[in-house]
Amino acid sequence: MSDSDTHPATHPPSTPPELHSATTGTDTTGPGSDSDPYAQQRKTTEGSVYTVTGGDWDDVISEVAGDEKIIMNLGPQHPSTHGVLRLVLELEGETVTSLRSVIGYLHTGIEKNTEYRTWTQGVTFVTRMDYLAPLSNEAAYCMGIERLLGIEIPKRAEVIRVLLLEINRISSHLVAIATGGMELGALTGMTAGFREREEALHLLEYLTGLRMNHAFIRPGGVAQDLPADTVEKVTEFVKVMDKRLPEYDKLLTGQPIWQNRLKGIGYLPVDACLSLGITGPVLRSAGLPWDLRKTDPYFGYQEYEFDVPVAHEADSFARFLLRLEEMHQSLRIIKQALEKLEPGPIMVEDAKIAWPAQLSISSDGMGNSLAHVRKIMGQSMESLIHHFKLVTEGFSVPAGQVYTAIESPRGELGYHMVSDGGTRPMRVHVRDPSFINLQAMPAMSEGGMVADVIAAVASLDPVMGGCDR
Amino acid sequence: MTESDDPTTTPPQPGEAQSSAERAGESNGSDALAPIGAEPARAVRVAPAQPPPAGHERRGMFGVSGSGDTSGYGGLRLPAYTPPASERPYGGWFDEFFDEFLAALAENQIDPSEVQQVSVDRGEITLYVRRERLVEICRTLRDDSGLRFEFCSSVSGVDYGPDVPQRLHVVYHLLSMTYRRRVRLEVSVDVEDTADAHVPSVVDVYATADWQEREAYDMFGIVFDGHPALTRILMPDDWDGFPQRKDYPLGGIPVEYKGTEIPPPDERRAYS
Repeated sequence: MSDSDTHPATHPPSTPPELHSATTGTDTTGPGSDSDPYAQQRKTTEGSVYTVTGGDWDDVISEVAGDEKIIMNLGPQHPSTHGVLRLVLELEGETVTSLRSVIGYLHTGIEKNTEYRTWTQGVTFVTRMDYLAPLSNEAAYCMGIERLLGIEIPKRAEVIRVLLLEINRISSHLVAIATGGMELGALTGMTAGFREREEALHLLEYLTGLRMNHAFIRPGGVAQDLPADTVEKVTEFVKVMDKRLPEYDKLLTGQPIWQNRLKGIGYLPVDACLSLGITGPVLRSAGLPWDLRKTDPYFGYQEYEFDVPVAHEADSFARFLLRLEEMHQSLRIIKQALEKLEPGPIMVEDAKIAWPAQLSISSDGMGNSLAHVRKIMGQSMESLIHHFKLVTEGFSVPAGQVYTAIESPRGELGYHMVSDGGTRPMRVHVRDPSFINLQAMPAMSEGGMVADVIAAVASLDPVMGGCDR
Repeated sequence: MTESDDPTTTPPQPGEAQSSAERAGESNGSDALAPIGAEPARAVRVAPAQPPPAGHERRGMFGVSGSGDTSGYGGLRLPAYTPPASERPYGGWFDEFFDEFLAALAENQIDPSEVQQVSVDRGEITLYVRRERLVEICRTLRDDSGLRFEFCSSVSGVDYGPDVPQRLHVVYHLLSMTYRRRVRLEVSVDVEDTADAHVPSVVDVYATADWQEREAYDMFGIVFDGHPALTRILMPDDWDGFPQRKDYPLGGIPVEYKGTEIPPPDERRAYS
């Protein structure tokens, strides 16, 4: 190419002349745009509406250059909006004058569904909401049930929960950095982030049986004890992460383009955070060291030594650094949790609450252990009745209401649960941090450039499954 | 919450004295407010004599009816649960908070009878308040230097079912980061008269309530007066009905796809 440019006279043209008029779909030249079936224009009562797919921006801009205002619709299917999130931007030039978001594309009625299932079955619903932090959902939900029941879970179950929650926090923050990088064009960050996340998911699969949607944390404890070689596997994981996490500093932190894209972008000071209800890394990036693990400890978090990293810049770059540092802190907690892991029960002893069977793995997956099946089918009618009642009808939860909140990777994940005394919830309301944090988008983006909207949304790290529920 | 370790009241079992319909003639819960000389309750549009009910009667252990079941399970009737009003002292930080709260109310010329009932249960405190001056109560809770509930964690709607008076509740969870306390405000409204399901919006006090009130409107049809843009948020704009109400089915909404209609799960097999 460069040869033919520099020596046009000595080389024949590399393409036959008749092909010069042929175009590809993404050609930005005048004739090329005709070949793109998506780039259409139609007149409506509101004005001209253009459908833009990528390479044809130049045509649209040249056509509407005279108009002062463009209303641009981003999403809901757009790689840079972090899920099925739709943004409606009002632009003057490249400056965003107004941003409104449309959510609900992933609404599946999980809160309603839980009212038609037993308390235990609800775990499998809530784990599917914030799919990047499924264990946080399970933990908060079970914590609420346990407070409603007035029971305390065994120590080992608490430690297992902490261990899993922190592994989950690492995998969630890795996705936040990975997808954030992808949205800004830092594709190496994406591949690296998902590579490390695989390590975390492999570990979770080994410990709980599933990569995501574990349903492992159950009311009263956890579903099953950890495998025998848990300590070795987790130590191995910690070693790998200790080695690889510093690579993110090498790859991204000092990177001038990364810094330029993030520094000073998505500014949200602490008063705005409090007013808008923003929690998690976004609040901590504004200087308030608010982390429920420290301020309102649960599962014995007060016994672990870890720091809550805080920044004062209140911008996207600070949030990136905080997430990086929080992963290191999670590794610290994981190491301490391994030391606290002592043999003991993993479920409350009350047989009216705990799952009646010892679960075990057989050729067709996890299920009731053979010994238990032999007992209920062959020896004890009462055990069979008890098993049947507990599995089909579930346990009753005394009437009342509670609000339990834990620090999910995205902030305060709260469960408001109301029981009428029956075996099914009356109401489960989830205060999902993604839902609340998304309200900050106009405050973070209006007055800035279009490109910075993406950086700001990425720094909020919304998960639409949790947002829409 | 650390307070959960010392619950001052044990949750009442359904069927016990404090959970039946006989409560109708009992105190209106203002006893707890006596120390500072509460005025008699003003005539307000909705002034229930009894504390807000929270529950509906449950029938049948397995939810069966008309099945010819002779085991007796089908005839089981459990009375509705009503949260009992707590008596002073509440224990923990609740007393200190409540004294502070009453003083702040007096400072802001808010009648203490706006608080219908105080319940301390499972280490959490619930203030049942009338809706008329809800916004001022919230502002007081936020701004008073001894209270400082600067953060609104959650706003959620609860529907207690078609047979319950004042069935729709709006529940606000406020968090004081300064004192590390949480309180719950609860407002209840009727739905029978559609014009009545109105609650003042607290968006002016807590901006975070914006989307959460929209969600409560979307799911329960509670109208938040003064909300800047009360539209549906999760359901489509043209949706009929309010999906999280108890009389709204779980499924069975006709899907316009080749004439297929899926039966609602609550009409399929159920065990409880």
